[in-house]
Amino acid sequence: MGVEGIGARVLRKEDKRYITGRGRYTDDIGLKDTTYAVFVRSPHAHAKIVSIDTSEALAAPGVVGVLTGADLASDKIGGLICGWMIHSKDGTPMKAGAHPAIAHDRVRHVGDAVAVVIAETRNQARDAAEKVAVEYEELPAVIDLAHAQDEDAEQIHPEAPRNTIFNWSLGDQGAAEAALARAAKVVSLDIVNSRLVPNAMEPRAAIGSYDPAEEHFTLYNTTQNPHVARLVLAAFVGIAPEHKLRVVAPDVGGGFGSKIFIYPEETVCLWASKRIGGRPVKWTADRTEAFLTDAHGRDHVTRAEMAFDADNKAIGLKVKTIANLGAYMSTFSSSIPTYLYATLLSGQYDIPAIYAEVDAVYTNTTPVDAYRGAGRPEATYVIERLMETAAREFGVDPAELRRKNFIRTFPHQTPVIMCYDVGDYDATLDAALKAADYAGFPARKAEAARRGKLRGIGFSCYIEACGIAPSQAVGSLGAGVGLWESAEVRVNPVGTIEVLTGSHSHGQGHETTFAQLVSERLGVPTSSVSIVHGDTDKVQFGMGTYGSRSGAVGMSAILKALEKVEAKAKKIVAHQLEASEDDIIIENGNLKVAGTDKEMPFFQVALAAYTAHNLPAGMEPGLKETSFYDPTNFTFPAGTYICEVEVDPDTGVVEIVQFVAADDFGKIINPMIVEGQVHGGLAQGIGQALLEGCTYDSGGQILTASYMDYCMPRADDLPMFNVMTTETVCPGNPLGMKGCGEAGCIGSTPAVINAITDALGVRELPMPATPQVVWKAAQAARRPMAAE
Amino acid sequence: MTAVSLTVNGRSATADVEDRTLLVALLRDTLGLTGTHVGCDTSQCGACVVHVDGVAVKSCTMLAVQANGATVTTIEGLAKGDELHPVQAAFREHHGLQCGFCTPGMIMTAVDMIKRHGGKALDEKTIRHELEGNICRCTGYHNIVKAIEAASAEMAGMAQAAE
Amino acid sequence: MYETTYHRPASVADAASIVASSSEAKLLAGGQTLLPTMKQRLAAPEHLVDIGKLAELKGITVSGDTVTIGAATKHAEVAASADVARAIPALAALAGMIGDPAVRHMGTIGGSVANNDPAADYPAALLGLGATVVTNKRSIAADDFFTGLFETALEDGEIITKVSFPIPHKAAYEKFRNPASRYAMCGVFVAKTANGVRVAATGVGSSGAFRVTAMEQALAANWSPEAVASITVPAGDMLSDIHGSSDYRAHLVTVMAKRAVAAAG
Repeated sequence: MGVEGIGARVLRKEDKRYITGRGRYTDDIGLKDTTYAVFVRSPHAHAKIVSIDTSEALAAPGVVGVLTGADLASDKIGGLICGWMIHSKDGTPMKAGAHPAIAHDRVRHVGDAVAVVIAETRNQARDAAEKVAVEYEELPAVIDLAHAQDEDAEQIHPEAPRNTIFNWSLGDQGAAEAALARAAKVVSLDIVNSRLVPNAMEPRAAIGSYDPAEEHFTLYNTTQNPHVARLVLAAFVGIAPEHKLRVVAPDVGGGFGSKIFIYPEETVCLWASKRIGGRPVKWTADRTEAFLTDAHGRDHVTRAEMAFDADNKAIGLKVKTIANLGAYMSTFSSSIPTYLYATLLSGQYDIPAIYAEVDAVYTNTTPVDAYRGAGRPEATYVIERLMETAAREFGVDPAELRRKNFIRTFPHQTPVIMCYDVGDYDATLDAALKAADYAGFPARKAEAARRGKLRGIGFSCYIEACGIAPSQAVGSLGAGVGLWESAEVRVNPVGTIEVLTGSHSHGQGHETTFAQLVSERLGVPTSSVSIVHGDTDKVQFGMGTYGSRSGAVGMSAILKALEKVEAKAKKIVAHQLEASEDDIIIENGNLKVAGTDKEMPFFQVALAAYTAHNLPAGMEPGLKETSFYDPTNFTFPAGTYICEVEVDPDTGVVEIVQFVAADDFGKIINPMIVEGQVHGGLAQGIGQALLEGCTYDSGGQILTASYMDYCMPRADDLPMFNVMTTETVCPGNPLGMKGCGEAGCIGSTPAVINAITDALGVRELPMPATPQVVWKAAQAARRPMAAE
Repeated sequence: MTAVSLTVNGRSATADVEDRTLLVALLRDTLGLTGTHVGCDTSQCGACVVHVDGVAVKSCTMLAVQANGATVTTIEGLAKGDELHPVQAAFREHHGLQCGFCTPGMIMTAVDMIKRHGGKALDEKTIRHELEGNICRCTGYHNIVKAIEAASAEMAGMAQAAE
Repeated sequence: MYETTYHRPASVADAASIVASSSEAKLLAGGQTLLPTMKQRLAAPEHLVDIGKLAELKGITVSGDTVTIGAATKHAEVAASADVARAIPALAALAGMIGDPAVRHMGTIGGSVANNDPAADYPAALLGLGATVVTNKRSIAADDFFTGLFETALEDGEIITKVSFPIPHKAAYEKFRNPASRYAMCGVFVAKTANGVRVAATGVGSSGAFRVTAMEQALAANWSPEAVASITVPAGDMLSDIHGSSDYRAHLVTVMAKRAVAAAG
């Protein structure tokens, strides 16, 4: 590797603007004559809209316009869509209700938009929004997932009887039930995977701007995938055809999935800009609005049963899950509790029979969609809670029970679609055990007991499917789009390079890692390389960043384009130096004739391509290549996480005293950035286990609508993390990469809960395991002892 | 409307503002200093931290009129020309940022933290405790803590060398 | 935030006259509670009277057996005061636990006391030390000052000018933070004073901060953590929310009291 090539800890190119306050996020953009939008939102979880009177708001100071769902409908702006078709067990397509950007007859969750007020200033818009008079007729709210499908539950969408969107299944029911019937031992658990709010620190924002002369729209938006946003807004919502709509995703302050989706607000800002005659319309969420309207994550209720033979070998798994999708189907909501969840239920284990059944259900809550990990954390939580519980009930070491069941021959076809290409689960388990000094745990536990603390240890051996995804495969599973990626490599006449990518960076450091790939291949310094992303006018197309796909898919596309550039450059050099094309090698920024001292610096080759004075016969001038790369398989990052906790039994406070993460991400471009991704993922996974949880009251009011009540992980909630990697090279892409963005969030949650239940000696524990929850569990666990 | 005048990053600034205007709105919308961010409404996330008369405050929880006559330093005013402040440099060196949104507030908090502790090298426990009012969603804080540890040690060393 | 008119009076007397002239006026000290409330549009004072910069409301003095803190003194100033740390270290420590560093640079003792948030820290110190609240009109004993949730004995137009704390023999404050907001979910202040033992709890009571007399009596007889270990407050009098049920909060009072007594030595 070169000093800046693959594997080097190159400091980030993008940092300077962020640390000096020169980042440029959507709300930082000030277009001339901007107006400000404030949404009038439903205070009710479920109600009919009887009437909306906008007259007083329209007369308020500074108001430019007040628009409602009726205006949206009269302009024939379409509703928002869910882009992944799921069929129920009985073959019927999913029963999706309509999702207008502004509700016009009925509101279905607290925060549902009923009108938008546009004014000269933010304060004026907010003042006027209070003057929009909406009369509601309240309807019973469906909040409790367990009763959403009851016969007498209020139906939220006419399309979905019993509020059931689909009843889907995967795997062989007969085989799984037979395994359970003949099992020597069965472990079963009722599991709630709590609802989370993604909470990227930058609230969502949009600026819609319409140019009446060109009949052209521009959207600045906090999005992880500007091209997908343009596609949906053009083809389905019907704002404008694609060539009349530019979407720009400038600096984006974190996404974690929540900025994948196409939301009502950007739709409305675009449409409203045209409605008010072309002035830009800007909307920026406040934090409470984010809690009410950003797509939430997780929210599953699951019954899981796992069958083992007498030798503790897993022989079957049966899972029934009810997934809460909230009041509307968000953009990719249907794929999360299905193909991103049940397909991972085999974990790292050889389980011959698996059957999963999933009901997706409407409730009067904020829509639920992908949140960091998206389906895979839920699967990991099920399987790793089962494994830990099984080990305790069987009286065997939890690490060894897992080891006994590890998959060791690859490729491995699971009973739930996925074909694992490569892995070495013993390697990550061994690395983690060693780093955690597992052998020393009993002594540490005894020492903690002398201090009055309960010490526990918990494991999680996770697997995920990333590098999303082979287009043909996802198409056959119902995806509405292909999941390839595109790239363009432009070599300028002076030898500097612009890489245009359809991936989008919102914290991942692409401007650095992608440049490292170019440096590795062409030997040029990363300072000569610019990564261009996030603008549909610049980048030809792209599917964006989610599912840990930017390395395995996005960089593979760049590599393919680079290979074409290299091939052309070699042809030019071979021609000019009168050598055979096959003898040209690239070394330290020079193209050389192997075994001779003949060479051309890269910049000279670039210049030659553009002067075109002396090119091989028939060659076109220029040095610019594009590529569309479609992956051949998912990738399968995997690892072992070990969490060690100390519980204060007097207060229930849990301290994480050690956290070890051993991951196999395949080839790594920049270890510094990979470690950072793991750290952040761990914080979010630990956050779910200990701190975060979105709560509604029975009437559908969200009780955790600000940081006063939704507990975000803070610095003093977390330890230093001990992270390490092992490597099996992914055979599915030319760079051998697997992806690292979500692992920490997928693997860590069960490790924490397993550690706390170990410390307390309890079987189950709800999330988040707040001090109160842990104290109550400790009290309950203590009671039988006290009675002795 | 009230006319406010204050010194921001060493330059005098005046503006007519509504009395309800928050300091952060004055900085961002009127003065164009968009490095200071707003991440919550309840003064918890700290993305808006700036220095007013030499101490860290949350500019989303202060009126612009309250800052009338004050000296304000924002993230844009921390570096001396091209020379980064040691805390800025340490955040980059230790990968203490990802999406960058919380970073200005984190850095301004860290500078204040180091100063309040007398410019001595800070340990992990102190740093984590002192970051109570700053939320980061990307880094898990690991590298932020390392960056502040390193910056405080470097600044302590520089102060010692200067003595 | 709704429209409002900001005033910066030159004296407490000026402030009092502005407040007296309008029923829709509110005093602004540090603003760390009032401004977030106004941002949420839950408060809409027509006039804001900024007393946070008045020199006559600032400063910390220790004389004889009393520590006196001006109402506009910021939490950070109390926390960092060598005088307070020498005289009543528990008070300096308590001030250093309020909010976060940036909040402590703005928030004031007078603002905190006047607001009487049931999860605020200072009320526990005032009750626990038997402090006196001095206003522009009178002096009020802490025991008479806090009258209920967000309720105090302050009359319309009355402005806190300072708070006087008798220096105790020993004292300590233990705080259990709400995991999300970091406000006190249970804070217990214990003190052994010339006038006897005092124990005050904040963050827990459904009527705001209160004294735990059963613990005071037990500690008067035997100043030790064990003395309060089996004393519980009635759960029925406790606040309850998603972070802490009333029985959990009641339990925490005992745990924090034990720890505070141990810390006080």
